[in-house]
Amino acid sequence: MSAPSVLYDAPGPKAKARNVGYTIAFLAVLAAVLWWVLATMGEKGQLDWDKWSPFFTDARVWTTFILPGLQNTLIAAALSIVIALPIGALFGILRLSDHVFVRWPAATIVEFFRAVPVLILMFFANEFYFNFTDVDSEQRPLYAVVTGLVLYNGSVLAEVVRAGILSLPRGQTEAAQALGLRKTQTMTNVLLPQAVTAMLPAIVSQIVVIVKDTALGGAALGFAELLSRTRPISNNYGANTIATLVIVAVVYIVVNFIITSIASWLEQWSRQRKKGAGAVVPVTAVDDQATGPAV
Amino acid sequence: MFDFLSEYDVLGAFWLTVQLTFFSAIGALIWGTILAGMRVSPVPLMRGFATAYINLMRNTPLTLIILACSLGLNQTLGMTLAGQNFEQQNYRLAILGFIAYTATFVCESIRSGINTVPVGQAEAARALGLGFTQVLGIVVLPQAFRSVIGPLTSVLIALTKNTTIASTIGVAEASLLMSEMIENESDKIFLVFAIFALGFVILTLPTGLILGWVAKKAAVKR
Amino acid sequence: MRFSRVLRVGAVVAATSLALAACGGGNGGGGGDEGGNESLVQRAESGRLTVGIKIDQPGLGLQTPDGGYEGFDVDVAKYIAKELGVEEGDIEFKETPSAQRENAIEKGDVDFIVASYSITDERKQKVDFAGPYFLAHQDLLVRADDNSIKGAEDLNGKKLCSVKGSTSAQNVKEDFAKDADLQEYAGYSECLTGLESGAVDALTTDDTILAGYAAQNPGKFKLVGANLSDENYGVGLKKGDTEGREAINNAIKKMQDSGEWKKSAEKWFGPSGYQVGEPPAIEQ
Repeated sequence: MSAPSVLYDAPGPKAKARNVGYTIAFLAVLAAVLWWVLATMGEKGQLDWDKWSPFFTDARVWTTFILPGLQNTLIAAALSIVIALPIGALFGILRLSDHVFVRWPAATIVEFFRAVPVLILMFFANEFYFNFTDVDSEQRPLYAVVTGLVLYNGSVLAEVVRAGILSLPRGQTEAAQALGLRKTQTMTNVLLPQAVTAMLPAIVSQIVVIVKDTALGGAALGFAELLSRTRPISNNYGANTIATLVIVAVVYIVVNFIITSIASWLEQWSRQRKKGAGAVVPVTAVDDQATGPAV
Repeated sequence: MFDFLSEYDVLGAFWLTVQLTFFSAIGALIWGTILAGMRVSPVPLMRGFATAYINLMRNTPLTLIILACSLGLNQTLGMTLAGQNFEQQNYRLAILGFIAYTATFVCESIRSGINTVPVGQAEAARALGLGFTQVLGIVVLPQAFRSVIGPLTSVLIALTKNTTIASTIGVAEASLLMSEMIENESDKIFLVFAIFALGFVILTLPTGLILGWVAKKAAVKR
Repeated sequence: MRFSRVLRVGAVVAATSLALAACGGGNGGGGGDEGGNESLVQRAESGRLTVGIKIDQPGLGLQTPDGGYEGFDVDVAKYIAKELGVEEGDIEFKETPSAQRENAIEKGDVDFIVASYSITDERKQKVDFAGPYFLAHQDLLVRADDNSIKGAEDLNGKKLCSVKGSTSAQNVKEDFAKDADLQEYAGYSECLTGLESGAVDALTTDDTILAGYAAQNPGKFKLVGANLSDENYGVGLKKGDTEGREAINNAIKKMQDSGEWKKSAEKWFGPSGYQVGEPPAIEQ
């Protein structure tokens, strides 16, 4: 878009004055809402210092509850992405197979796990481990959370991989064939390496989705991740659930913001590196798919 | 084998899922369009607000947002949304939470849709003397919408699945019933899982197919 | 060690995911039943015990910011362990959420459970109980300045909060106040937010748990003393372990007679104005 935007003319004196008016009106509305929220919270005693002070004066809140919770969240997220990636790549490639009897089952499985909510997959995985394996009770929630996330994100990543490979110029395949490479060689030596760089930002932003989804495991299965730590905190520090939720939300936002920043940096980096040679699956495009994951 | 099903209101639970999805989708479409308008508007403060809102909402787990709707808006700020009892209130609060969250995805889809509209369209509209709201409302958005039906479909499907999170604050939709059934019928968990998985496949697959077809029909051929 | 555990999780999950993905959910193998049939007393001789407790209930069993555990249940567990010859430092406390208590015992994850565990006939099918070591009652927690609720009947038209899947709330709705408006959350602490702000009028569960919350928020909440049910807290242990049950019963008896029991109960429940009665007779 050219300066400032194609959607409106560069503002003249009249438009400038009007924009200032809009700004003031909007600011007033925002301030009113904020004032109402804070005033009501204050009236209900939610702004009392003793509800908030533990987070600033007692380091043990962080070392005993929040950081271990964050650690569990990150472990589950890391395991999920590491396991889901190869599974996703495998199914993404299977969906591109020339053989109908490979393509269709792969497509069915991917579409099935994309259609079922992660929460339901987690419930099921938990019961599955509970009834049919002797995974011990402390580890079971982690297993269940990771299984649910892998099944779902594996199928989402399969689509990302497929889109990444399809986004490559046809000439790549043709050139590989002209060189006499087999189909497998074409895939592993030519297409996949290029597709991976194109998909990198998409994969990283998928991690945000996974990090958020671990919170489901806390609410549904008692997995000791970050969000579920609000309860022990408010049980120790006098019913400060609201304050705790705010702090936990900030932690999530900071962590995810860092991941998102890495994603957009990667996108820029791979764009510059390839200067039009290949396509990049943009972060926004995947975020749209990722709403799915955003369960 | 299916006898135990008569004890549970599976259809009722899924009907609630459909209702949650329906109202949240409409609300998210409206609020998301407004947000998209703000993001491209000439007023810097509105652009800033929309950007900040989207970044905050997208990086927060939906479970936390829904919980905050109940504990924050309802239990602390006293917002009841005209619900007569907790059942009604939680249902409406959940919808509010879904709208707040899903709108950010709608907004981003529409914004990328706006980018697909050729620059000449907006320039021609401005040459005719149309203002920002007119350019956006009469010329750009109608064209943008046609190209974002595809992305919006994935948002809708995601929303359908996300409604399971309403169970966090006790809304009796499908996943809450499933967890109850799993507990009571522990010998039939595969069957229970199959029923609920199938239910969601039935809800999401036709949506995808029908809207995919609509998207093709509506696409602007350029 | 930690790393290898993570790897193991990864391997199992990957294998299961593949298996599930490949057949859309096939049948798994049978669960193993490990843990020998040796008595609790023999296991205590090894010098270590694993005890199941709650970690999110002030006054009963609560994980503190120091990473330790405190509460009446924890005191009872420590006393029993001491009587069995196990040092305090050699007890491993493990969280046993309500729904998983029977299973944790059956699978041998814990040696015994002290976790506000009411003795019921249904549970006795699966586990054995020692005790009871405490007699609790279902009660209501209300705001300290709220005098409109004197019993469960006053809840009609009022807003009641409890946790999902708990029988306490159902009891009230079915037997005492049909028109109570019920809000359910995953944990009691969420209920306190609404109780404090006035969005709900009462929180219901065992009076021991409520006393813990009242003691922790001085001057804000009070117990009604509605006495809606009798809950005999027992110590859960593996079915058929008669020797272990005798040993625990003796330990509880000794704790009661020595005055330790009273001291601990007063310490955890007393500050809320809760009247600690006489210890219950051991029946199991």
